[in-house]
Parts: sequence; structure tokens; C-alpha cells
Amino acid sequence: MLTPRTELDTRLDATARTWLDHALTEATTRQPAWETRFATAGRHCGRHNADPVRALLLTAARPDPPTLTRLYHHGSAAERRALLLALPHLDSLTPPTAALPLVEDALRTNDTRLIAAALGPYAAQHLDAHSWRHAILKCLFTGVPLDTVADLEHRARGDRELARMLTDYTAERTAAGRTTPPDLTRVQTLTGEPPKET
Amino acid sequence: MRIFDPHIHMTSRTTDDYQAMHTAGIRALVEPAFWLGQPRTSPASFHDYFDALLGWEPFRAAQYGIAHHCTIALNPKEANDPRCTPVLEELPRYLVKDSVVAVGEIGYDSMTPAEDTALAAQLQLAAEHGLPALVHTPHRDKLAGLHRTLDVIRESDLPPERVLLDHLNETTVEHATDSGCWLGFSIYPDTKMDEDRMVTLLRTHGTEKILVNSAADWGKSDPLATRRVGDAMLTAGFTDDDVDQVLWRNPITFYGLSGRLQVDTTPPPPLHQGNSILRGGE
Repeated sequence: MLTPRTELDTRLDATARTWLDHALTEATTRQPAWETRFATAGRHCGRHNADPVRALLLTAARPDPPTLTRLYHHGSAAERRALLLALPHLDSLTPPTAALPLVEDALRTNDTRLIAAALGPYAAQHLDAHSWRHAILKCLFTGVPLDTVADLEHRARGDRELARMLTDYTAERTAAGRTTPPDLTRVQTLTGEPPKET
Repeated sequence: MRIFDPHIHMTSRTTDDYQAMHTAGIRALVEPAFWLGQPRTSPASFHDYFDALLGWEPFRAAQYGIAHHCTIALNPKEANDPRCTPVLEELPRYLVKDSVVAVGEIGYDSMTPAEDTALAAQLQLAAEHGLPALVHTPHRDKLAGLHRTLDVIRESDLPPERVLLDHLNETTVEHATDSGCWLGFSIYPDTKMDEDRMVTLLRTHGTEKILVNSAADWGKSDPLATRRVGDAMLTAGFTDDDVDQVLWRNPITFYGLSGRLQVDTTPPPPLHQGNSILRGGE
């Protein structure tokens, strides 16, 4: 969910609101300085507001895929996370799958903040079946709660290949004398249910 | 005892170290960019390293309840390698990042003209980005190196009260104090300070504007050296408040000059079982 400017304003002091005014103007008119604003949002608006502020800047700037890709690769972990969270709100991507390599990059990391942020509605819509299944396994492996995975029910239902992977993973854990995480059982159950019409 | 290690190279350390550091009271640290032991051959190698200081390493630290900030620079040793110096042009995009709290480590290694250029250029970058600078003093010919360092600082736009001179010892502390810079001491076996000499020095020079670090890296070093100094100070009769000033408040005041320091440790993300580091090996 994109946090509306009005709601953000209630969390920001006057200095931060003014900073955000200027930042959004620069982003909308795509002055180069907006990218520095994107990087420095944490210290100007507070670390806890950085994600929604960066999302607003991205939706205002509507970066093309090369710009978005550069922002991601030049970003700190916090910037990358914010960008991944904002993907479903960006209507400037042509083709719409242009940001998939960024999602795949995040899913290759072991940073649970990035893995979780990568598995939002954008990944649910665009990630191919093989990558999505591996992402689910990676969540189970690294302890990212499956509640953070967008559209989990829809994509997992009736997925027999995912069911096989989960069965093998359960066998591996059992052989090692380890417990089976509740999320594994939960998604395993989903795979046994018939797909729903959408 | 709460401890801020103002200079430690965590990319070279293990998760066991993070655990032991947290147990010892370390809740915050600054990781200065430096060389890797093995020479780099291109700016791209620096980019990956800087990205780790802004991404993976803070994540690892957070798993153990430790706030991680960094300093970014081209180090003095590799400032002599023309394959590496183009990274200077890329530094500005790193110096704006939220968790970068200084330019560093800069300074002298062999005191060459190339090091003169890199030091002056990066002091200027610090001034332009509202950042303080972590300036190390050379391991060889240290006193002469300090004098030359202070000359370059005086010629720069960065005021001395925004400079931390590091790796100081008994032979350099007087001149460093007179300069008005902050004073850093590394507790490092064989080549730098030890905790007993540090206590003696604190008795003479007081606890103001003095920072103590482990400088722990890939060499023989101890990430708990700061704690050993705290214990030695208490044994020697310093108060808890003295220890807190040297090992916590002084680093916070110095790196706080950046306006970017956030020492309230972000709790690690909620995990159902273990975490990606402890499970490792993917």
C-alpha cells in the first residue's frame, strides 16, 4: 500500500515536510537532484518513514527501466528495499516485467529484508513458476514469514512441483532431526488444494 | 558497560565475533573502508566492497543487536595504484548514503605524491558532504607522517574539530592534541597500543576527545579490545562515567558530527527459526 502524502505529513515535522515538498517537485520534474533525495530520505524524514517517502518519490519521478535499475544497483540495502516495495505502484515500466531482474537479484541475496520486499504483488504477478517456487523455499530456509509473500494462496494452490519440493525439504529436515516449520506445513497443505478460478 | 567501537573491519570477522562483541557490551560500531590485504585491481572491486558496507554487513550486525555505520574512501595504500584511483570519481554517490558517517580511512601509507593528492581530494569531499574525516596516521615513520598529515588538514576546508586522527601512540599524542583534532587509539597486538599503556595515557591526557578502537581486521587482532580497555580503566580507578565517555559518548559525539548517526539498534526482522546467517551455506 502506498502511504498517502496526507498521512505521511502527520508523521513528519515541519522541516521534513518542507524537505519532502522540494523533493517531490524535483522528482516530478525529474531534476537530477531527486536521486540524491531518494538516497538521503532516511536522515531527513526519519528512518521509519524512509520506505513510504522513497515510494512517493518513485511514483512522482516515474523512472524508466534503465533509471530504476541504476537506482537499485547504486542503492544501499534500505534504498533497494524501498524500491522493491514500490514496484507494484510504478506504472512507468515498459515492458511491465522490466524490473524482474531486480527482484531476482534481491532473491539471490541472504538479506531477509530484501527477500521479503521482493515477494510483493509485483513478484506474484510476474515471477515465473520456477523462480517463485525457489523463492518460497528460500523463505522457509531463511525464516522469512510466508505471510509476507503476496498472493501465496493463489499461486501455491495445486502446484504439484512445489509440493514435491516441500516434501523433499521435509524429508531432509526430518533426516537431520530438525523440526518442520509451521509455514512449511501450511504451504504444503495449500499445494494439495485445487486452484481457484480467478 | 555499553561500548561503541569506532573502528573495526567486520567484513573480516565471523558471526562468533559479533556474538562475543554483543556479550561484551558492544552495541554500535563504525567500519571504515580500507584495503583487503590482497590488492584490488579495479574500481569495480571497491564498488562491491562499499555496497557490502551499505548492505550485507549492517544486516549481519543487526542480527546480533549491533548498529553498523561505515566510512567510505580510497585508502592510502591503494591511492598509489593507478588501477584503483578512478574510484575517487565514484565516491560522491556513496558519500550521500544515510549510514555513511565519515570519509575514511584516509591519510598516509608511504607518504607519496599520489597519497598527497588522494588525501587532499578526500578532505575536500568530506567538507563538501558535511562529513567528518577519519585520518589514520602511517605505521612507518609515524611522527613525520603526522606532521605532514596535519599540514594537509590545515590547508583543507575541513576544520580540525571534524577530524579524527587514528592509530596514535605515546610519540604522537602531544602534537595530535595540539592540532585540535579528535584522538584515536587502536588496541592492536604488537604494532599499536595495548590496554595498560592506554590507561596510562588516559591518566595523563584525560578522557576528552579520545576514542579507543580495536581496529580488528584480517590480521592478528581482537574485536573485544575495547572491552579490555574498559575493564582496565575501572581496575585503574576510573569511574563508570569515564569509561562511558571514552567508549560510548566520545564516538557518538564525533561521528554524530555527520548528522547521520542512529545508534538505537534496529531489532532484527522477526524470524520463525534461526536466520539466514546461522543457517548459512545456501
